[in-house]
Amino acid sequence: MEAVFRATWVIAYRDLLRFVGDRPRLIGSFAMPLLFLIIFGAGFNRVIGALAPGVDFVQFMYPGIVAMTVLMSSLMSGLSMVWDREFGFLREVMVAPLSRTGIVLGKVAGNGVIAIGQGLIMLALAPIIGVKIDFILVLKLIPLLLIVSICLSGLGILMASRMRSQQGFQMLMQIIIMPLIFLSGVFFPINNVPVWLEVLSKFNPLTYGVDAIRQVFLSGNLSSTNGLPGDGGYAFGVTIFGHTMGIIEDAVVMAVLGVILLSLAIWSFSKQE
Amino acid sequence: MDTGTNIIEIHDLTKKFGQITAVDSISFRVYKGEIFGFLGPNGAGKTTTISMICTLLKPTSGRATVNGYDTLKQRRQVQRVIGLVFQDPTLDDYLTAEQNLLFHAYAYGVPRGEREKRLDQLLELVELSDRRKSKVSTYSGGMKRRLEIARGLLHHPQILFLDEPTLGLDPQTRYHVWEYIHVLRKQEELTIFMTTHYMDEAENCDRIAVIDQGKIVALDTPDNLKDSMGGDVVILEAEDSPKAMLELKEKYNLSPELQDKTITFCVPHGETFLPEFMRSFQSKVVSINIHRPTLDDVFLKLTGRAIRDQEAAPWAQFRMMMRH
Repeated sequence: MEAVFRATWVIAYRDLLRFVGDRPRLIGSFAMPLLFLIIFGAGFNRVIGALAPGVDFVQFMYPGIVAMTVLMSSLMSGLSMVWDREFGFLREVMVAPLSRTGIVLGKVAGNGVIAIGQGLIMLALAPIIGVKIDFILVLKLIPLLLIVSICLSGLGILMASRMRSQQGFQMLMQIIIMPLIFLSGVFFPINNVPVWLEVLSKFNPLTYGVDAIRQVFLSGNLSSTNGLPGDGGYAFGVTIFGHTMGIIEDAVVMAVLGVILLSLAIWSFSKQE
Repeated sequence: MDTGTNIIEIHDLTKKFGQITAVDSISFRVYKGEIFGFLGPNGAGKTTTISMICTLLKPTSGRATVNGYDTLKQRRQVQRVIGLVFQDPTLDDYLTAEQNLLFHAYAYGVPRGEREKRLDQLLELVELSDRRKSKVSTYSGGMKRRLEIARGLLHHPQILFLDEPTLGLDPQTRYHVWEYIHVLRKQEELTIFMTTHYMDEAENCDRIAVIDQGKIVALDTPDNLKDSMGGDVVILEAEDSPKAMLELKEKYNLSPELQDKTITFCVPHGETFLPEFMRSFQSKVVSINIHRPTLDDVFLKLTGRAIRDQEAAPWAQFRMMMRH
């Protein structure tokens, strides 16, 4: 147990230390979400108009963009592992008396902190967009961002656990990121779409993260108090077999998926030579 | 040197990558406190063997113990008593030297009270104290290697593994690295296990295992290995090689070997043999050279090939890929 804990903290420590000196990465994780927010916002906002009373397109999209920032940042955990393998540092890690489980958990922990930090930085945009935020909202948001981050870090490390080149990993990321994002309900409610699209979206783990984060944001912003999730008045909630998912339920789905992905990542990473 | 204690014991260790046998059932022991050298061409299986002893690779069969610990069953105990310096750099370029060392200290659980002192002491030893706050990306190749040596020693290992410690370094830096190795061995009471394909470096070892195509073909002190040649080495080039070979065999009762156009053989006392030989030898000699045996000659005799003109064995490249 001591070895797991020591590995977790030393790996997280090093990833954080390294992140501080890595400006391109800091900017990189923000670039795509910001681009989508600005371009799609400017392009669609007037055409689409209000999606619900008091919620225009940008306000609808914005919580999804926060989730997307966390996604981009979390998948980086995989990239950093491939990087370490390619440039040799992973060998230093592998011969140290550290638990392999702890090494994976350390990557997740380090990236979790970075991802939450980046997600929260996106909150600075809230006043510009016209979304109200307060301290309680931020407190509710943090555990959700953490769960999303763990889930996607698990996915990133699973992808990276055997990958030997950064190019290969980047390719795989490209293939995975776009469907993950487009099928997660960031840009449109998935209740009013063709069945195939709805089914695909409901298999996407990110969907539940986006939904939970959006509910946290919009519960404080909808003009009608009936807009609270579960009351039937919340227009965008993800429904599974007729049941509209609440924040806690979304979080549980993400957490279960996170545990599965993380276990697979640990298994795959530990088995390698 | 205490020849009574074995710090490493290897029994029938084998590693196969698919159809290729990189290490073929080797067995040997390393004594506590010695400098033990693994000498062989690229692709001979040196790095694969080290990787198995260091728990980085699982053997296909056979077993290895380090300080009495089994490398498979007691991985963590083994990892604690060994320090490693790899062929390829394993530093984090984006961190400073100090941060790299601190990471290592945390990872190996070096006690807090000891950490700073040990860091200072080792940075002093490898003469990097003034650059400790610099990012490793600003270091030269030699400085990186020195930093890696310091890092490998941070947790007071009993055995330091050096995989081609001077590969790619200029002669001056190579000389320095060797100075450190000798100082370290005295200061830290280390056992040193190294691989090299430089013959002159192998001379620094107490004992050498000559490895070729995954097998150990000889294991002894450098002097004994050279003595096993049976005297001085004569290298001769004749106009008609086959005829000269025949004459050497029949008239002088020698066992010469022919490679390309040069004939090599050994005689007990070269300086008295040569004048007499030049008078009586019938074949026409183009050039003749005589020298005390080197490890190069030993390797040539043992494997029939010179180490320096080895092409990397076919699996060497494959192994390079596997290593990462």
